[in-house]
Amino acid sequence: MFGIILNIVLIMLSLNIVICFIRTLIGPSLPDRILALDALGMQLIGVIGVIMIAQDTVAYAEVALVLSILAFIGTVAMSKFIERGVIFDPD
Amino acid sequence: MKQLKTNNVMLHTLVRIVSFVVLAFSIYLFFAGHNNPGGGFIGGLMTAAAFVLLYLSFNMKTLKKALPFNFDLLIGGGLLIAFLTGVTSMLFGFPFLTQFFEYVQIPFMGEVELTTALPFDLGVYLVVLGAALTIILTIAEDDK
Repeated sequence: MFGIILNIVLIMLSLNIVICFIRTLIGPSLPDRILALDALGMQLIGVIGVIMIAQDTVAYAEVALVLSILAFIGTVAMSKFIERGVIFDPD
Repeated sequence: MKQLKTNNVMLHTLVRIVSFVVLAFSIYLFFAGHNNPGGGFIGGLMTAAAFVLLYLSFNMKTLKKALPFNFDLLIGGGLLIAFLTGVTSMLFGFPFLTQFFEYVQIPFMGEVELTTALPFDLGVYLVVLGAALTIILTIAEDDK
Protein backbone atom coordinates (compact mmCIF):
# COMPACT_ATOMS: atom_id res chain seq x y z
CA MET A 1 0.00 0.00 0.00
CA PHE A 2 2.71 2.44 1.00
CA GLY A 3 4.68 1.57 -2.14
CA ILE A 4 1.65 2.39 -4.32
CA ILE A 5 1.32 5.80 -2.63
CA LEU A 6 5.02 6.49 -3.22
CA ASN A 7 4.65 5.53 -6.89
CA ILE A 8 1.65 7.85 -7.29
CA VAL A 9 3.62 10.69 -5.67
CA LEU A 10 6.57 10.07 -8.00
CA ILE A 11 4.30 10.13 -11.07
CA MET A 12 2.68 13.40 -9.92
CA LEU A 13 6.07 14.99 -9.26
CA SER A 14 7.28 13.89 -12.71
CA LEU A 15 4.23 15.47 -14.33
CA ASN A 16 4.94 18.65 -12.35
CA ILE A 17 8.53 18.67 -13.61
CA VAL A 18 7.33 18.31 -17.21
CA ILE A 19 4.86 21.18 -16.75
CA CYS A 20 7.57 23.39 -15.22
CA PHE A 21 9.91 22.53 -18.08
CA ILE A 22 7.28 23.53 -20.65
CA ARG A 23 6.78 26.81 -18.79
CA THR A 24 10.56 27.36 -18.86
CA LEU A 25 10.60 26.83 -22.62
CA ILE A 26 7.56 28.93 -23.65
CA GLY A 27 7.43 31.36 -20.71
CA PRO A 28 6.60 34.75 -22.22
CA SER A 29 8.73 36.77 -19.80
CA LEU A 30 11.98 36.25 -17.93
CA PRO A 31 10.44 36.14 -14.41
CA ASP A 32 8.16 33.29 -15.54
CA ARG A 33 11.20 31.28 -16.61
CA ILE A 34 13.06 32.00 -13.36
CA LEU A 35 10.12 30.92 -11.22
CA ALA A 36 9.61 27.79 -13.31
CA LEU A 37 13.28 26.82 -13.00
CA ASP A 38 13.18 27.37 -9.23
CA ALA A 39 10.05 25.23 -8.88
CA LEU A 40 11.66 22.56 -11.08
CA GLY A 41 14.66 22.39 -8.77
CA MET A 42 12.47 22.10 -5.69
CA GLN A 43 10.48 19.27 -7.28
CA LEU A 44 13.71 17.44 -8.14
CA ILE A 45 14.60 17.62 -4.43
CA GLY A 46 11.14 16.20 -3.65
CA VAL A 47 11.73 13.33 -6.08
CA ILE A 48 15.03 12.54 -4.34
CA GLY A 49 13.29 12.58 -0.94
CA VAL A 50 10.57 10.21 -2.12
CA ILE A 51 13.16 7.86 -3.65
CA MET A 52 15.05 7.89 -0.33
CA ILE A 53 11.85 6.84 1.45
CA ALA A 54 11.09 4.17 -1.15
CA GLN A 55 14.57 2.61 -0.99
CA ASP A 56 14.86 3.09 2.81
CA THR A 57 18.29 4.73 2.65
CA VAL A 58 19.96 8.04 3.44
CA ALA A 59 22.59 7.73 0.71
CA TYR A 60 21.11 10.53 -1.41
CA ALA A 61 20.91 13.18 1.35
CA GLU A 62 23.99 14.99 0.00
CA VAL A 63 22.44 15.09 -3.47
CA ALA A 64 19.36 16.88 -2.14
CA LEU A 65 21.54 19.40 -0.25
CA VAL A 66 23.76 20.13 -3.26
CA LEU A 67 20.72 20.53 -5.53
CA SER A 68 19.01 22.93 -3.14
CA ILE A 69 22.15 25.06 -2.77
CA LEU A 70 22.66 25.25 -6.53
CA ALA A 71 18.98 26.06 -7.16
CA PHE A 72 19.14 28.83 -4.54
CA ILE A 73 22.29 30.37 -6.06
CA GLY A 74 20.81 30.20 -9.55
CA THR A 75 17.59 31.89 -8.45
CA VAL A 76 19.48 34.65 -6.61
CA ALA A 77 21.76 35.27 -9.61
CA MET A 78 18.91 35.42 -12.12
CA SER A 79 16.80 37.65 -9.86
CA LYS A 80 19.71 40.03 -9.48
CA PHE A 81 20.20 40.01 -13.24
CA ILE A 82 16.62 41.07 -14.01
CA GLU A 83 16.68 43.65 -11.23
CA ARG A 84 20.02 45.35 -11.88
CA GLY A 85 21.23 44.20 -15.29
CA VAL A 86 24.59 43.11 -13.84
CA ILE A 87 25.33 40.08 -11.69
CA PHE A 88 28.57 41.18 -9.99
CA ASP A 89 28.69 44.83 -8.93
CA PRO A 90 32.12 46.34 -9.58
CA ASP A 91 31.95 48.53 -6.48
CA MET B 1 23.59 55.70 -16.90
CA LYS B 2 24.68 55.43 -13.31
CA GLN B 3 22.41 53.26 -11.23
CA LEU B 4 21.49 54.12 -7.70
CA LYS B 5 23.28 52.11 -5.01
CA THR B 6 20.75 49.68 -3.60
CA ASN B 7 20.79 48.34 -0.07
CA ASN B 8 19.84 44.67 -0.23
CA VAL B 9 19.24 44.08 3.46
CA MET B 10 17.48 40.75 3.01
CA LEU B 11 20.11 39.40 0.65
CA HIS B 12 23.00 40.50 2.87
CA THR B 13 21.45 39.04 6.04
CA LEU B 14 20.64 35.74 4.35
CA VAL B 15 23.98 35.36 2.59
CA ARG B 16 25.95 36.02 5.78
CA ILE B 17 24.33 32.91 7.30
CA VAL B 18 23.90 30.68 4.27
CA SER B 19 27.43 31.08 2.91
CA PHE B 20 28.93 29.68 6.12
CA VAL B 21 26.49 26.76 6.05
CA VAL B 22 27.57 26.04 2.48
CA LEU B 23 31.26 26.31 3.44
CA ALA B 24 30.78 23.85 6.33
CA PHE B 25 28.92 21.49 4.00
CA SER B 26 31.75 21.70 1.47
CA ILE B 27 34.29 20.74 4.14
CA TYR B 28 32.06 17.82 5.17
CA LEU B 29 31.85 16.70 1.52
CA PHE B 30 35.64 16.99 1.18
CA PHE B 31 36.30 14.69 4.15
CA ALA B 32 33.49 12.26 3.23
CA GLY B 33 35.24 11.43 -0.02
CA HIS B 34 36.61 8.16 -1.47
CA ASN B 35 34.30 5.88 0.56
CA ASN B 36 31.03 7.82 0.46
CA PRO B 37 29.60 10.39 -1.96
CA GLY B 38 31.90 13.41 -1.85
CA GLY B 39 35.53 14.12 -2.47
CA GLY B 40 37.76 16.91 -3.62
CA PHE B 41 35.89 17.78 -6.81
CA ILE B 42 32.43 18.36 -5.38
CA GLY B 43 33.90 19.94 -2.25
CA GLY B 44 35.76 22.47 -4.37
CA LEU B 45 32.64 23.18 -6.39
CA MET B 46 30.61 23.81 -3.22
CA THR B 47 33.28 26.17 -1.86
CA ALA B 48 33.23 27.99 -5.19
CA ALA B 49 29.42 28.18 -4.90
CA ALA B 50 29.70 29.78 -1.44
CA PHE B 51 32.23 32.33 -2.75
CA VAL B 52 30.01 33.09 -5.76
CA LEU B 53 27.13 33.70 -3.35
CA LEU B 54 29.30 36.20 -1.47
CA TYR B 55 30.33 37.87 -4.74
CA LEU B 56 26.66 38.09 -5.77
CA SER B 57 25.56 39.72 -2.57
CA PHE B 58 28.46 42.09 -1.91
CA ASN B 59 30.48 43.89 -4.54
CA MET B 60 33.79 43.00 -6.15
CA LYS B 61 35.78 45.68 -4.30
CA THR B 62 34.73 44.46 -0.84
CA LEU B 63 35.38 40.85 -1.72
CA LYS B 64 38.85 41.65 -3.07
CA LYS B 65 39.63 42.95 0.41
CA ALA B 66 37.90 40.08 2.22
CA LEU B 67 39.37 37.25 0.09
CA PRO B 68 42.83 38.47 -0.92
CA PHE B 69 43.78 35.25 -2.73
CA ASN B 70 45.14 35.01 -6.21
CA PHE B 71 42.92 32.23 -7.54
CA ASP B 72 45.32 31.52 -10.44
CA LEU B 73 47.96 30.44 -7.93
CA LEU B 74 45.54 27.94 -6.37
CA ILE B 75 45.43 25.95 -9.63
CA GLY B 76 49.21 25.59 -9.75
CA GLY B 77 49.51 24.88 -6.01
CA GLY B 78 46.82 22.21 -6.14
CA LEU B 79 48.41 20.51 -9.13
CA LEU B 80 51.76 20.55 -7.33
CA ILE B 81 50.27 18.95 -4.17
CA ALA B 82 48.53 16.23 -6.19
CA PHE B 83 51.69 15.52 -8.20
CA LEU B 84 53.94 15.38 -5.13
CA THR B 85 51.51 12.93 -3.48
CA GLY B 86 51.93 10.63 -6.45
CA VAL B 87 55.71 11.01 -6.54
CA THR B 88 56.11 10.27 -2.80
CA SER B 89 55.05 6.66 -3.27
CA MET B 90 57.68 6.30 -6.02
CA LEU B 91 60.41 7.20 -3.49
CA PHE B 92 59.57 4.01 -1.55
CA GLY B 93 59.70 1.81 -4.64
CA PHE B 94 55.96 1.59 -5.37
CA PRO B 95 54.31 2.62 -8.67
CA PHE B 96 53.12 6.20 -9.22
CA LEU B 97 50.01 7.13 -7.17
CA THR B 98 49.96 3.96 -5.03
CA GLN B 99 47.70 4.66 -2.05
CA PHE B 100 48.16 3.53 1.54
CA PHE B 101 45.81 3.74 4.50
CA GLU B 102 45.96 3.12 8.20
CA TYR B 103 43.52 3.31 11.10
CA VAL B 104 44.79 5.70 13.77
CA GLN B 105 43.44 6.49 17.24
CA ILE B 106 42.96 10.25 17.60
CA PRO B 107 41.80 11.75 20.93
CA PHE B 108 38.12 12.84 21.00
CA MET B 109 37.51 11.44 17.51
CA GLY B 110 38.07 7.71 18.05
CA GLU B 111 39.40 5.56 15.25
CA VAL B 112 40.04 7.55 12.10
CA GLU B 113 41.12 6.27 8.71
CA LEU B 114 44.09 8.23 7.39
CA THR B 115 44.89 7.70 3.72
CA THR B 116 47.35 9.17 1.26
CA ALA B 117 44.33 9.84 -0.96
CA LEU B 118 43.50 12.82 1.27
CA PRO B 119 46.41 15.08 0.16
CA PHE B 120 45.66 14.11 -3.44
CA ASP B 121 42.03 15.13 -2.85
CA LEU B 122 43.26 18.41 -1.36
CA GLY B 123 45.11 19.08 -4.61
CA VAL B 124 41.98 18.33 -6.65
CA TYR B 125 39.98 20.59 -4.30
CA LEU B 126 42.35 23.54 -4.81
CA VAL B 127 42.47 23.04 -8.60
CA VAL B 128 38.66 22.92 -8.91
CA LEU B 129 38.20 25.93 -6.60
CA GLY B 130 40.79 28.01 -8.45
CA ALA B 131 39.56 27.06 -11.92
CA ALA B 132 35.86 27.67 -11.18
CA LEU B 133 36.42 31.04 -9.53
CA THR B 134 38.90 32.18 -12.19
CA ILE B 135 36.41 31.36 -14.97
CA ILE B 136 33.47 33.06 -13.23
CA LEU B 137 35.37 36.19 -12.18
CA THR B 138 37.04 36.60 -15.59
CA ILE B 139 33.66 36.47 -17.33
CA ALA B 140 32.19 38.88 -14.76
CA GLU B 141 34.97 41.43 -15.13
CA ASP B 142 34.85 41.24 -18.91
CA ASP B 143 31.31 42.48 -19.60
CA LYS B 144 31.71 46.07 -18.52
